Amino acid sequence: MNLNRRHFLVMLPAAAIAWKYVLAGTPEASPNYTEAEHWWSMLIDIPKCIGCGNCVRACAAENDVPEGHFRTWVERYHVTDADMVNPEVISPDGGKEGFPSVGEDAGKYFFVPKMCNHCADSPCTQVCPVGATFITPDGVVLVDQTYCLGCAYCVQACPYGCRYIHPEKKVADKCTLCYHRISKGLTTACVENCPTGARQLCDLKNPNDPIHAFLKTHHVQVLKPQMATGAKVFYNELDGSVR
Amino acid sequence: MNLFKDAGHLLRFAFLFVVAFAVFLVVRHFVVPKSFGQYGHYRGAAIAEIAARPVHFAGHETCETCHADVLDMKKTGKHANVNCEACHGPLANHANDPSITPPKLDTATLCIRCHAASAAKPKGFPQVDADQHSGGLACETCHKPHNPALVAEGAK
Amino acid sequence: MNGVQGFMYPNEVGLIWSVLIVLYPYITGLVAGAFILASLVRVFNVKAVAPTYRLALLTALSFLIVAPLPLQLHLGHPERSPEMYFTPHSTSAMAMFGFVYLWYLMAVLVFEIWLDYRQDIVLFSRSTTGLKRLLYKVMTLGSDNISPRSLAIDHKVGWIVTIIGIPSAFILHGYVGFIFGSIKANPWWNSPLMPVVFIFSAMVSGIAAVMLLYMATTKYRKLPIDMACVDTIAMYLFYIFIIDFSLEMLDLIHRIYEADESFRSLDFMVHTKLYFSHLVLQLLVGTLTPIILLGITQVTKLPAIIRQRMYIVAGCLVQIGIFCMRWNVVIGGQLFSKSFLGYTTYKMALATREGLLAAVILSILPFVILFVLLKLLPPWPDKQPGHIEADSKQIAIEA
Repeated sequence: MNLNRRHFLVMLPAAAIAWKYVLAGTPEASPNYTEAEHWWSMLIDIPKCIGCGNCVRACAAENDVPEGHFRTWVERYHVTDADMVNPEVISPDGGKEGFPSVGEDAGKYFFVPKMCNHCADSPCTQVCPVGATFITPDGVVLVDQTYCLGCAYCVQACPYGCRYIHPEKKVADKCTLCYHRISKGLTTACVENCPTGARQLCDLKNPNDPIHAFLKTHHVQVLKPQMATGAKVFYNELDGSVR
Repeated sequence: MNLFKDAGHLLRFAFLFVVAFAVFLVVRHFVVPKSFGQYGHYRGAAIAEIAARPVHFAGHETCETCHADVLDMKKTGKHANVNCEACHGPLANHANDPSITPPKLDTATLCIRCHAASAAKPKGFPQVDADQHSGGLACETCHKPHNPALVAEGAK
Repeated sequence: MNGVQGFMYPNEVGLIWSVLIVLYPYITGLVAGAFILASLVRVFNVKAVAPTYRLALLTALSFLIVAPLPLQLHLGHPERSPEMYFTPHSTSAMAMFGFVYLWYLMAVLVFEIWLDYRQDIVLFSRSTTGLKRLLYKVMTLGSDNISPRSLAIDHKVGWIVTIIGIPSAFILHGYVGFIFGSIKANPWWNSPLMPVVFIFSAMVSGIAAVMLLYMATTKYRKLPIDMACVDTIAMYLFYIFIIDFSLEMLDLIHRIYEADESFRSLDFMVHTKLYFSHLVLQLLVGTLTPIILLGITQVTKLPAIIRQRMYIVAGCLVQIGIFCMRWNVVIGGQLFSKSFLGYTTYKMALATREGLLAAVILSILPFVILFVLLKLLPPWPDKQPGHIEADSKQIAIEA
């Protein structure tokens, strides 16, 4: 092992700070994190996604996601020429093991990773009868699994299909934007493991975050904008055929 | 008063409601979690509980503190932005205790997952037909995963 | 994937609201409908249906007692359901449930039944022995007063309770319709008509149920059926059914005409996955047939025995039709993908917590409770222990 001394001294402080919180793993050990300073969102760059499924596997490993349920998944669209209304969409096991190869044809293919959109006006938090799901002051929609009744009303209310009932815990479950990581200065498991940078974690409240420049210079959409959910996952170059 | 006498049973019924309501208020005081309503209509303590969940991926910055040599090799190549655990899997336990050996990787399945040719993938992305490309040779015969650029013959 | 046609979002494949969630609105619908029949007597002075007044109230109570059970069996954590009382979320229609239920149970139904039966309860507490006597004594709440004046007060207060009870019944069942109708994510459910359709179909099922129970209990007691009574019930049933049918047709026509993004997917679903439950059972067997049968009895003069049989058939078909309506709403709403690109299948289990067996048991349970109530608080006019009609106008004010 050949340690470059200068490099080590440069990398060490940043990594050390992050790692300290990871090791400590206790709520009090993130004193540097002030919720009010952040407003989390995500950027998904469609042209970069290769459908490798790394994000799905990483999320499952990081968050112990039960088999057959998905906190994030990837869909593959096949749009033939003029018919944008009837795309062929597949998501074999959520894209966990990637997708089967296809040959060239007259249509176009692309991949769409999906996850909880951490909506600013989320219909799921609106319908929860007891206040077990909520949006944090820093913009992450979470489920309090010790309070949830498992009525599944929130699962019905989500237009994006990102929620499910955990088969063992019998409560609602979904993407937490890896809150246990982002509150410690790490990035989400899916972003960490995406090999092409198709997924990026963004902090809308941080003026230096590249998302601001990106939004100004690219064509960006959210899923189902007509639902007016205030979705915060932004898609670059999202095709009109995407459901 | 006679009216009271003839309507007394109604008061008894109403009394049941009053008692039930009082019991409800008392029970509620003890049962509702203390942090409920702290930030909104939810248990404020839930945020910290969720933030305290265990981490499985260490994050590339942590890997690089010890493996700076690998970083040097990586940063000039095409895999510069492919983070360590994207191939090596979750290694927070190894970063915490380096005596825990990371599992050996099977490059045959690993490389193919991203680089198998498919018309579905973006055109500019490097992809090969696994059968035709290497005639059965393992990927790392010609490509070092940390810097996959082809090395000239004899220079290896 | 088994049972999936086309594409479904990966988390949508398994249904999460089961047959128990179909049963719940069916049960509360019967409660609301039975109460409306009772209010016809009490508030709208339709004397002809008076023989069913007490029976309707007891029927409503039997079903109301069972109503929370399918919900409790469905919840992942039923032990946490008191949270709905302690921290109800004001933006959630479902949070209303606990309060609306308790209000309707205690401040409307139990109160009204108690007021109407109080004289009988006091008399029974004097004439019975043992455990039964204790039970009746508790039900008197310690008050022995059955003077004509107190009964007149009961009568007046009971009238007010019924007045309040009518909108309460609408809320008890209408909020369920709103729970579905307010979900913008689901186009099969999302409609402002949903609470209204729920309420009118509830009235149809509840009124028909009491009619059937009246005929069944009268036959069981080997007494002649009061034809003026059932004819009047059938008339109301017919007209309310016409309104219900019109509302459902309005919804259908509106959907077909607007043909929004969901239409093709939903249309396909109705013609394939819901063909039997919607087109055959709900529409043909459960709506058109009973409407025609009832219509015939309204416009022709048929012998009593023929009318009775037609009412029985119509009443039973109505139950099938209204149950199917709940099924098609709840289950149908989960069979199609929100991507409008696929469909899944409902795999109803047999002996699990939310399976068919549980649904059957919960369907039978109200009748068991009703049987007990009929013994405890007989609604039959010929079985009252000295029942006196209390007319407030005839009570002289005591000096």
